[in-house]
Amino acid sequence: MTVQERPGAAYQPTPPPAWRPRTDPAPLLPDAEPYRVLGTDAVAGADPQLLLRLYAELVRGRRYNAQATALTKQGRLAVYPSTTGQEACEIAAALVLEEQDWLFPSYRDTLAAVARGLDPVEALTLLRGDWHTGYDPREHRIAPLCTPLATQLPHAVGLAHAARIKGDDVVALAMVGDGGTSEGDFHEALNFAAVWQAPVVFLVQNNGFAISVPLAKQTAAPSLAHKAVGYGMPGRLVDGNDAVAVHEVLSEAVARARRGGGPTLVEAITYRIDAHTNADDATRYRGDSEVEAWREHDPIMLLERDLTARGLLDEDTAQAAKDAAEAMAARLRERMNADPVLDPMDLFTHVYAEQTSQLREQAEQLRAELEAEGGDAAQGAHGAEDEAR
Amino acid sequence: MSTATARQTKPATMAQALQRAMRDAMAEDPTVHVMGEDVGTLGGVFRVTDGLAKEFGEERCTDTPLAEAGILGTAVGMAMYGLRPVVEMQFDAFAYPAFEQLISHVARMRNRTRGAMPMPITVRVPYGGGIGGVEHHSDSSEAYYMATPGLHVVTPATVEDAYGLLRAAIASDDPVVFLEPKRLYWSKADWSPEAPAAVEPIGRAVVRRPGRSATLITYGPSTPVCMEAADAAQAEGWDLEVVDLRSLVPFDDETVCASVRRTGRAVVVHESGGFAGPGAEIAARVSERCFHHLEAPVLRVAGFDIPYPPPMLERHHLPGVDRILDAVARLQWEAES
Ligand SMILES: Cc1ncc(C[n+]2csc(CCOP(=O)(O)OP(=O)(O)O)c2C)c(N)n1
Repeated sequence: MTVQERPGAAYQPTPPPAWRPRTDPAPLLPDAEPYRVLGTDAVAGADPQLLLRLYAELVRGRRYNAQATALTKQGRLAVYPSTTGQEACEIAAALVLEEQDWLFPSYRDTLAAVARGLDPVEALTLLRGDWHTGYDPREHRIAPLCTPLATQLPHAVGLAHAARIKGDDVVALAMVGDGGTSEGDFHEALNFAAVWQAPVVFLVQNNGFAISVPLAKQTAAPSLAHKAVGYGMPGRLVDGNDAVAVHEVLSEAVARARRGGGPTLVEAITYRIDAHTNADDATRYRGDSEVEAWREHDPIMLLERDLTARGLLDEDTAQAAKDAAEAMAARLRERMNADPVLDPMDLFTHVYAEQTSQLREQAEQLRAELEAEGGDAAQGAHGAEDEAR
Repeated sequence: MSTATARQTKPATMAQALQRAMRDAMAEDPTVHVMGEDVGTLGGVFRVTDGLAKEFGEERCTDTPLAEAGILGTAVGMAMYGLRPVVEMQFDAFAYPAFEQLISHVARMRNRTRGAMPMPITVRVPYGGGIGGVEHHSDSSEAYYMATPGLHVVTPATVEDAYGLLRAAIASDDPVVFLEPKRLYWSKADWSPEAPAAVEPIGRAVVRRPGRSATLITYGPSTPVCMEAADAAQAEGWDLEVVDLRSLVPFDDETVCASVRRTGRAVVVHESGGFAGPGAEIAARVSERCFHHLEAPVLRVAGFDIPYPPPMLERHHLPGVDRILDAVARLQWEAES
């Protein structure tokens, strides 16, 4: 029934004076299907060197995940959230960035940090438990691995915004899980980024679960990429196990940010093959058949098949990648088997630029306790230093 | 310019001194950026940022979207890239959405990165009651901030300190929660913006009024109330010393304890609730350090342990002169004679 037909209606409805759509939502909407390249003719256009690099990095990444998981079983790591099955997202995230760009990883994204060039042992500092962050974020342009979910996203926006204010050519790529998109900080970060047109790319790795909670219990949105439209930025949906597609979509988004086109939200559909962490029992919330189906869509396998079919990858090249990965794992094992050297007095060193008198007193208390305990307990650099004196 | 003209003073409000502090900091250091809700065109709901957007442009004094976690979260990223954000939280109770960013990141970033990534952020929070505000406009949230390692927590009680402390806060390489007693925004003093007192480093308390009978330990909005109480106490023959903490973290044990050792008696006065409030910590510290000098237990005069009351009842909640004098009387003066 129109207004005219309604009995007693005597006026023509008009929109409120201030109404105008700010942006045409159509170009912002993600495609109905996740973007894919592997197994299609589109791969032919890709740079063969990039394809082989992606392959070698994926193989290395898979081995890294396996080695780090093994280190948790040996008690060398307190915890390791594996990205087995998600390597394509991790590697592409690292490879699309220029040297001056910044990566904002979540607690799961150690591999992305390593692929960006961070020393694997430094990257594991948080998970090993000897300190919170093992590297200087400014030196590597990698923010600390972020444990509270989604809180790193506004940091990425602020940094990108600051860089643009300073006139620097810097893009920030921020990673978050599907569960993290429910957090308020996700919303606030996307909104700020769009309003400020900050050079940021948000990469959601939708790996199906937030610990045990499946996506259907996390959101009612058609896709996580759809969320972009409400903020006024484009949303892109990509097959997260298609390394070439993820690389292409992220490259486009980074390029767009770099030329002042503002932020993009990319949702990569992937799957977490391992449990949430070594402390998780995944059999409680998912069946083997589901995991097996995803193993048939493995990122390394997809790339290997395509490159082999195209004659780009031969056995020697594949073997060389495996050997390099094995050597990396051996080095990592060896270095992680050495006990870290800790100085308990460091506890008070970096709370404030200048120690407060309260902290000075407490540091003295600990020093006295360490001295009273003698050489046995006062291990590490502090003890060693004392012995050297 | 002669010293005489440089020292010329005229009445200024605390809000003006705060505004001047930001202006001077922005003029001296291009990395200082002011951001928050309504801080630009409007100049803040209390007009503390008045004129900054006009003078320095909207990029340096930014009206942000309405989202406290987003404001502080983006400030973290800006600080990572070498800027010095000065963030305004519109009212005390509206800073709570930003607590996650404050506690999990602002306060810890230096520590978790072993000093590689300091957070030179100033978080300005108008706080406290006495302005007839409706709910969520009068909280005293200092205890939450004080309980968070990595933050400095300061609060001025005078026009002069408003300028000096805010300059020090902005210059600090550590995050500072800068609590602005909103009840004192319009308090006036003769002040010379051209020659403000030297900016002291954060962390020193000051004896506002010397005395011999007992020490009132206080800060921010309760400082003028304590000064008034000290004046009134003279009629009773009590000569009260008033210590204005200015900085809650770091805490100036030295000045506070020196005063209490002189007077032998102490009352801590603040608006926020007493239970697990700032006064609990202060009383404990004083007792631990001055026990043999104390003639009486350290008392607290605080707000009640209730959600901040509606405006028509707030005068019953806020510690006033009478409540302070009652506490002073309970310090058992007869023991002295
Ligand atoms: C703010 C916050 N709440 C809860 C947790 C505990 N927690 C750690 S990981 C996780 C699930 C995260 O799921 P998702 O965002 O999908 O990322 P994924 O683990 O799948 O990579 C939860 C609830 C946390 N780290 N931070």
